[in-house]
Amino acid sequence: MNTYSKRKYVIIGIFATIGLVFIIKLFGLQLLDPSFKQFATNNVLREVVQYPARGLVYDRNNKLLVFNKAAYDLMIIPREVLDFDTTYLCRLLEISKEELETGIKSAKEYSRYKPSILVKQISPESYATLQEQLYKFKGFHTQSRTLREYSNKAAAHVLGYVGEVGVNEIKNDEYYKIGDYIGISGIDKAYETQLRGNKGVKKYFVDVHNRIQGSYKNGLDDIPAKTGKNVTSTIDIELQQYAEKLFQNKKGSVVAIEPSTGEILAMVSAPSYDPGLMVRRVRGSNYSKLLSDTLKPLFNRSLLAEYPPGSTYKVLNILIGLQEQVISINTHFSCAGPESVPIRCTHYHGSPVEVIGAIRESCNPFLWNTFRSILRKYESIADGYNVWREYALSFGVGQKLGSDFTNENKGSLPLESYYNRIYGGGHWNALTVRSLAIGQGELGVTPLQMANYCAIIANRGYYYIPHIVKEIENEQIDQSFKTKNYGKISAEYYEPVIRGMEMALDPGGSAEMSRIPDIAMCGKTGTAQNPQGSAHSIFMAFAPKENPRIALSVYVENGVWGSRYAAPIASLIVEKYLTDTISPNRKWLENVMIKANLLNSFQPE
Amino acid sequence: MPRRNNVWVNIDWLTVSLYLMLVFLGWINIYASVYSEEHQSIFDLSQRYGKQIIWISAALIIGFVILLIETNFYVFFSYIIFGILVFLLILVLFVGTEINGAKSWFILGDFGIQPSEFAKFATGLALARYMSSFGFKIQRFKSLITIVVIVFLPTILILLQNDTGSALVYFSFILVLYREGLSGVVLFFALLVTLLFVFALLFSNFIMMVVLLLAAIFAFLILNPRIKQFVIILSIFIVSIALFYVLNLILKTNYKIAEVLVVSSIIGGAVVLGYSIRKKFKNYIIVALVFLGSVLFSISVDYAFNNMLAPHHQARINELLGIQSDLLGAGYNVNQSKIAIGSGGLWGKGYLQGTQTKFNFVPEQSTDFIFCTVGEEWGFAGTFTVVVLFLFLLIRLVFLSERQRSGFSRIYGYTVAVILFFHFMVNIGMTIGLMPVIGIPLPFFSYGGSSLWSFTILLFVFIQLDASRLENLAN
Ligand SMILES: [Zn+2]
Repeated sequence: MNTYSKRKYVIIGIFATIGLVFIIKLFGLQLLDPSFKQFATNNVLREVVQYPARGLVYDRNNKLLVFNKAAYDLMIIPREVLDFDTTYLCRLLEISKEELETGIKSAKEYSRYKPSILVKQISPESYATLQEQLYKFKGFHTQSRTLREYSNKAAAHVLGYVGEVGVNEIKNDEYYKIGDYIGISGIDKAYETQLRGNKGVKKYFVDVHNRIQGSYKNGLDDIPAKTGKNVTSTIDIELQQYAEKLFQNKKGSVVAIEPSTGEILAMVSAPSYDPGLMVRRVRGSNYSKLLSDTLKPLFNRSLLAEYPPGSTYKVLNILIGLQEQVISINTHFSCAGPESVPIRCTHYHGSPVEVIGAIRESCNPFLWNTFRSILRKYESIADGYNVWREYALSFGVGQKLGSDFTNENKGSLPLESYYNRIYGGGHWNALTVRSLAIGQGELGVTPLQMANYCAIIANRGYYYIPHIVKEIENEQIDQSFKTKNYGKISAEYYEPVIRGMEMALDPGGSAEMSRIPDIAMCGKTGTAQNPQGSAHSIFMAFAPKENPRIALSVYVENGVWGSRYAAPIASLIVEKYLTDTISPNRKWLENVMIKANLLNSFQPE
Repeated sequence: MPRRNNVWVNIDWLTVSLYLMLVFLGWINIYASVYSEEHQSIFDLSQRYGKQIIWISAALIIGFVILLIETNFYVFFSYIIFGILVFLLILVLFVGTEINGAKSWFILGDFGIQPSEFAKFATGLALARYMSSFGFKIQRFKSLITIVVIVFLPTILILLQNDTGSALVYFSFILVLYREGLSGVVLFFALLVTLLFVFALLFSNFIMMVVLLLAAIFAFLILNPRIKQFVIILSIFIVSIALFYVLNLILKTNYKIAEVLVVSSIIGGAVVLGYSIRKKFKNYIIVALVFLGSVLFSISVDYAFNNMLAPHHQARINELLGIQSDLLGAGYNVNQSKIAIGSGGLWGKGYLQGTQTKFNFVPEQSTDFIFCTVGEEWGFAGTFTVVVLFLFLLIRLVFLSERQRSGFSRIYGYTVAVILFFHFMVNIGMTIGLMPVIGIPLPFFSYGGSSLWSFTILLFVFIQLDASRLENLAN
C-alpha cells in the first residue's frame, strides 16, 4: 500500500468543501433572494396595452357625429434595431431624416429594451405600405390606436377634441400613461371617463429577442380592453350646421335650449374650425395656427365670452319690480325720449308707458324708475341691491350654471362690497349704479347664461341646467339635469312681460323685421356697448309663445343693433327648428344674413 | 471463462447506477431546455434531445465494450493511445474546423468529434502508466519533468486550438500528484497563486487587502493562540494603518484608501516579520512571509494587468474571467444564469415550465449552462440532488481508487475523479457566479456526443480496472 494513503482525506475534503460552497450559494440564490423571481418575470413578460375604441357621439336624432378611425404608431425597441436603410424608412413614413434620428435618440434615452413610440398616428393608407416593408427593419413594430373622426365640420366647440395626456394628468390620475389620449375639450373632455372606456392588457411570453412566444398563463391574467360608452348629444346637428352657416364671416355666439328639458339644441361660437384639423399628425401645426389666429377660433364664446346683456336684461328687471310690487301691470312712467334723465331713451314712442309697452319699446326711463324703486324699497340702498342681486342669481346670472361643460365662465354680477370698495360704504345709490337698470355697467353674462335666462322666461319661472348630453350607454345622466330650478319670480308676473316680448316682433315693435309667419315668437333685442369697435347686436327669444320648444340667445359682435343681425339670425334659427324650412318670403333675409361679413370691428351705424 | 464472470460480478454497480442516473437526468433536462410545442417527439432527430438519445445509446455500447476488453490492454497500450491522441491534437490544428472560436473539431459529414475531449482519458492513462512504473519517484527531478511533459503536451496543443477551458482541466492533475507524494506545500502554493491571480483581477485592491489582512490575522490566531503576542501583532497592523491614514489626511496627498491599505499592510507585515524573527516564532515568520508575498503578488498582477497588457489582451482575460460588471456585456450570461437558477425557488417551476431557459435568456442552455434548467425547473431540491449525486460519485471514485492493488489502477482512478471534479467545480461554479465563465461541459449532463463519450470511456475504463482489481496485473 501507499504511504500517502491518508491524503485521500485532503482530496475528499476539497471535493466536499466545493460541494458545500455550492449548496450554500444555491440555498442563497434559490431560497433567500426573491429578486431573481422578479427579474425572471420581467425578462419574459411583455405587457401589451390594449387600447379601447372611444365611445361614439350621436346627435339628438341619432346621427353619428364622432367616430373612430384606425391609426398606427410605429414603435421602436432600440436594442433590437439592426442597420437599416434610413432613407427608405423616412420615405415610407413621410418624415425627415432629422426627425427620425432625434426620435431614435430619445427612444434610446427612455429605454433600450422597452418599446417606445417613434412615429405617431400613421394613417391606414401609409400603414399598408409600411407593414409590407416592415420585415426589413428589425426592432420596429406597430401598435394600433384609434383616432377621432368627425362626420361633418360643424360643432367643433361642442364636440371638442382628443389629444395626448399632459404631465399633470399623468401625475394626478394613474390611469393615464405617457402617450395615452384624453379628451381635451367639449364633450370629449366632459365625458372622458365614459367615452375612453378602459385600457386592457395582454401578457405575452417573450424570448430573449423580445419575440412573442405565446400568451402568459393562457391569457388568464389578461384584462380585455373595454370599449368606451356611446353618448347621445342634445345637439341637433342640422340646426347647428344651419346656425353656423348664418354665422359665417361673423364673430359671436348662439346658444339654443329646449326650455322643457334644458337640452342644448345648438351652440355656435364663431368663428369656428373644422374639428378634423385636430387629429392626426397635422394636429400640432394646425393647433398652433388656430391658436395664433387673431379671430380666436379656439375660444368658445358660448361658454367663456362675457358680454353685457344690454336691453335683454330689462325683462328681468321688470319681473323683479313686479315681484317686489314696486310696480304693477298698470304702473305708468313717462318718457321724454332722448331728453330723459338720468338715462335717455333711445326710442321714440308714446308716453307714458306701462310694463308691456316698456318692454316692446325697450324704454330706458321706465326701467330706471323701476330699478330705483326696487333699490329704494329697503332700509338702505345696499339692502335693496342685495335683494335685487338675489333675483339675478336665481336666474343663473353671475354664477356657473353647472352644465356638463368643464369650462364655464361665471360672468359678472358685482357684490355689494364691490361698490363699497369703489364708492365707499353708504356713498352710492341707485343713481350710481343706474347702468344696471338697462343691463350695462358691471354686468356680464355668457351666451349660455342668457339662453338659460330666456328659457326661464319661456318656462314661466323654472329651468333645467343646460346640458349637452342626453343619454349615455348603460348609464344615467347626472341627476341635476333632471331637477327643476326655480327663479324667484311667481309665474303670474311672466305673462305681461312675455306679451311685451311678443309685441316686440309685431309691426312697429323693436324687431319687426324678424317676425316669423304663423309662429308666435317672443324676443327682446339688446345692444352691448363695445369700446373696441361697433356695438354688439344681441337678441334673446323663445317660440312658440305657448309650450315653447326653443329658447335662444344670439350675440353678433359688431352687429351695431340688436335688431340688425342678432334678431333676424335668431328668427331664422327658430323658424328652421320649428318648421324645418325657411318660408319663401324670408329667403331674402336668410341671404342677407349669410352674406353679411362683420369681421371688421367697425361697422357703419 | 471464469475471469470474465469475475468482471461482471465485481463491477461496482453503485458507480454504474450513479452514472446512469446522471445521464438520465441530463437527458430530461436537455429535453426541457430545447422543448417547444412544435417538436414533441423524443426521437425527433432534428432536435438536440433526439440526437442525445443516439449519443447515449452509443455511449452505453461503448461502456459495455470497454468492460469486455482485457485489463492489460489499457496498461500496454496507454502510451500508444496517448501518442495517437497527441497526433490527433496536432492534426486538428491543421485540418480541424473552428466552432465558437475554437479550432478543435473534426467534422465528418453531420458528425463532429473533439479530440481534446478524449485526450483527458489518454493523458490519465499515460500518467498512470508512468507514475506506476518502476523507479518512479515524484521527488526526483527527472520524474517530475516527465510528468510535466505528459501533462503539458496536450495542454499546450489544446491552448493552441484556442480552447482555454479544456486546457485548464489538466491543472487538476496536481491533485493526483499530491496524492502520489507531491509536497503539500507545492499544492498549497499552487492553489494560493491561482486564487490570488484570479481574485486580484476579479476584485479591487481594497477588497484584496481586507481579505488578506483578515486571512493573516486568522492564521496568526490559529497558529499561536497566545493572546499577548496576538494582541501585539494586531496592534502593529492597526497602528500602521491608522498612521498612514492620518498622514494621508494631514498631508492631503489624496491617496486612495486602497493605496493607504497596501502601503500600511506591507510596512505592518515587515514589522511583524522583524518582530517574529527576533522572537523566533517560526509559525509567525511563515505567515508573515506568505502574507507579504501575497500582497506583493496581487499588487503586481493588478499592476501588470493594467499597465503592461495591451487592451485586447485585457479584454480577453476579462472575458475569460467573466469580469466586466456590465450586465449587458460580458456579465450578461452569468446574470441571466443566476436569474434562471434563482427564480426556481425550493421546488422549481415544474418540468418543462422554465421560461428563462426555454426562451433563450440563458445562453448555451443545453450544453455549458444545462445546470440552469435544473435550477429553474426543479428548484433547490433539484440542484441539491445533482450536487450531492456528483459529490457521491467523486467520493466513491476516491474510495474505489484507494482499494486498488495496482498503482496504475489507483492513479488512473484518481485522474478520473479529479477530471470529473474540475468539470463539476468550474461548470456549476460558473452558472452560479462563483467561477469565471469558462466553457466546459458538466459531465454526463451536457448535450454533446464527444463529451458524453469521452466521460463514459474515462469512467468505464476505471470501472473495468476496478472490477478486475484482484487479478495480477502485468505491471
Ligand atoms: Zn322711452
